[in-house]
Amino acid sequence: MAELLQFISSGLTVGAIYALVALGFTLIYKASDIINFAQGEFVMLGGMTTVFVALAGVPLPLAALIAIVVTTAIGLALHRLAVEPARGASPVALIMITIGASIFLRGIAQIVFDRRFHSLPPLLGADPIQFGGAAILPQSLVVLASATVIVTLLWLFIDRTLLGKAVIATAANRLAARLIGVDTRRIVDFSFAVSAAIGAIAGVLITPIALTSYDVGTLLALKGFAAAMLGGIGSAPGAVVGGLLIGMIEALAAGYLSSNYKDAVAFLIILVVLISIPQGLFGRAKIERV
Amino acid sequence: MRALQRFTVTAGIGLLALLGAGHQASAQIKIGAVLSVTGPASFLGDPEKKTLEIYVEEINAKGGVNGQKLQLVFYDDAGSADNARTFATRLVEEDKIVAMVGGSTTGATLAMIPVFEDAKIPFISLAGAIQIIEPVRAWVFKTPHTDKMACEKIFADLKTRKLTTIALISGTDAFGKSMRDQCVVVAPKAGINIAIEESYGPRDSDMTPQLTNIRNKAGVLAVVNPGFGQGPAIVTRNYRQLGITLPLYQSHGVASKQFIELAGPAAEGVRLPAAALLIADKLPNNDPQKPVVVNYSRTFLHNSGQAVSTFGGHAYDGLMILVEAMQRAKSADKAKVRDEIERTKGYIGTAGIVNMTPTDHMGLDLSAFHMLEIKGGDWTLVPGT
Repeated sequence: MAELLQFISSGLTVGAIYALVALGFTLIYKASDIINFAQGEFVMLGGMTTVFVALAGVPLPLAALIAIVVTTAIGLALHRLAVEPARGASPVALIMITIGASIFLRGIAQIVFDRRFHSLPPLLGADPIQFGGAAILPQSLVVLASATVIVTLLWLFIDRTLLGKAVIATAANRLAARLIGVDTRRIVDFSFAVSAAIGAIAGVLITPIALTSYDVGTLLALKGFAAAMLGGIGSAPGAVVGGLLIGMIEALAAGYLSSNYKDAVAFLIILVVLISIPQGLFGRAKIERV
Repeated sequence: MRALQRFTVTAGIGLLALLGAGHQASAQIKIGAVLSVTGPASFLGDPEKKTLEIYVEEINAKGGVNGQKLQLVFYDDAGSADNARTFATRLVEEDKIVAMVGGSTTGATLAMIPVFEDAKIPFISLAGAIQIIEPVRAWVFKTPHTDKMACEKIFADLKTRKLTTIALISGTDAFGKSMRDQCVVVAPKAGINIAIEESYGPRDSDMTPQLTNIRNKAGVLAVVNPGFGQGPAIVTRNYRQLGITLPLYQSHGVASKQFIELAGPAAEGVRLPAAALLIADKLPNNDPQKPVVVNYSRTFLHNSGQAVSTFGGHAYDGLMILVEAMQRAKSADKAKVRDEIERTKGYIGTAGIVNMTPTDHMGLDLSAFHMLEIKGGDWTLVPGT
């Protein structure tokens, strides 16, 4: 029983990160029908920028803030400079653009930062909390709590504010949204910026547990994408559930089966979801009238 | 127009002549180096590259080898064996090197061996696994201690402390796997019983499931972690996070200050076999290695600003063995140099005292390893080892 609890707590920790990455995917997809594979790089930039700004002598909270602002600016630039000019292109071309952007960001990170692994001090101390025979790091609880807060805020925003309705309108039908006066370009700008910010926050929070380096973005993006697809792309609660599920299945597979197959779990899930339930757990199947 | 054409042709020929003349005047000895400066093995390849650059410059400043300057041709394989193989082929076919010092990782080295064996170019590897020199290949040598020696040293220490039932958690990279295999082979002879085994991928960020299984296995008295790179640092952090108090042994794959930085306070009490280089200043004064390791540590720190690492030391040994072989052979001829490398005797390096033979292309014995314990964020020598 104790070991099951341990696996679950490990799974929830890493799952919360996948959830935050998946949220980023979902938000951009909701606003513009684009899958942004540079999402993982936002997480990397959040962590690495904080490390390097802190190394330069800036106090940690300010360094984290600077990192989030810088990453948000990069997300905005990604939209304005790379995605927006190619707006009329096919979805595949747009995805390729975001993959290219992720490779670019990774290359820049190697030069601007360095190629080593880095860590950050945890927020609430390093002593694990014991419960039921399992040990959970305080930082894991911070990650889980932050994910919950961010999801709640996002949901409130989308559901209760005018700007949120504008996002839904843009997602539903871009032309119609423009016709009723929504500035769709600003909306997509906004979604990229918020996704980048969420990614950066995830990066800052996970670095004390999982370390960071210039290339952590790739695998994170793939697993976050798997989580978003599992939960139903376009559904924020789905992204969170998908992320936590993938995290837990990975931890259980590593514990009970073999740790060699841990990474395969996420990829297997993508295959299964895309083949049998492409709309995911919470999404609605797209029905088109012919 | 005709005058312009004539001018261009003359200038072109002149340029070619200059280039040709330039090429003649500086017949340099080309040494190839394929190292993992980026990627998961970066804390192996980065100090190796810096060491090679520092010492090639130093040797050239003193007049070079046999009157010729050394030229280092370097490529970064980013920790990928495929890349290493491609660069090895490029070094042989395009850069036309006469010798190779490199291969930071076991995976990269094993991938490159066929290339250098076919081209009959002496290859001094900087990687750990025993397969590199067993079976002996004519053109392949190595400077670091083997994983088999690491297992033997760790098991000897375990036996002394009466911790004869252990758990193994290893990385699935080539070095981790190779060392795990060696430990399994050596264990019965050393009187050690491996009760449970777990593994992790080199890029995994959470090993708590595997360590939980180990913690729950009855009778385990100590844990050994073969592997290198970020994996062991995360294993060590997770180890303390789960509150496991059993002694933890790492391999010489983590013999770098960066491991202590990454693992943080969790590294306290961790033991590992390592070369004298890490405790240079704490060696007794009559230790023959002391002058070499102290000198290397100071030079490396002064030129790179970074604390010394045993991996940089392996590169130093590789380069010096090669250079001394070239000096004894009085030429850069590949076959003659190879023969002289094989005749290296009594070379005092950072890894130990090297005595190579036609059947032993590494030349170190167990006395080249010391058992270290991490205390107060620094390396300390376990007395009597």
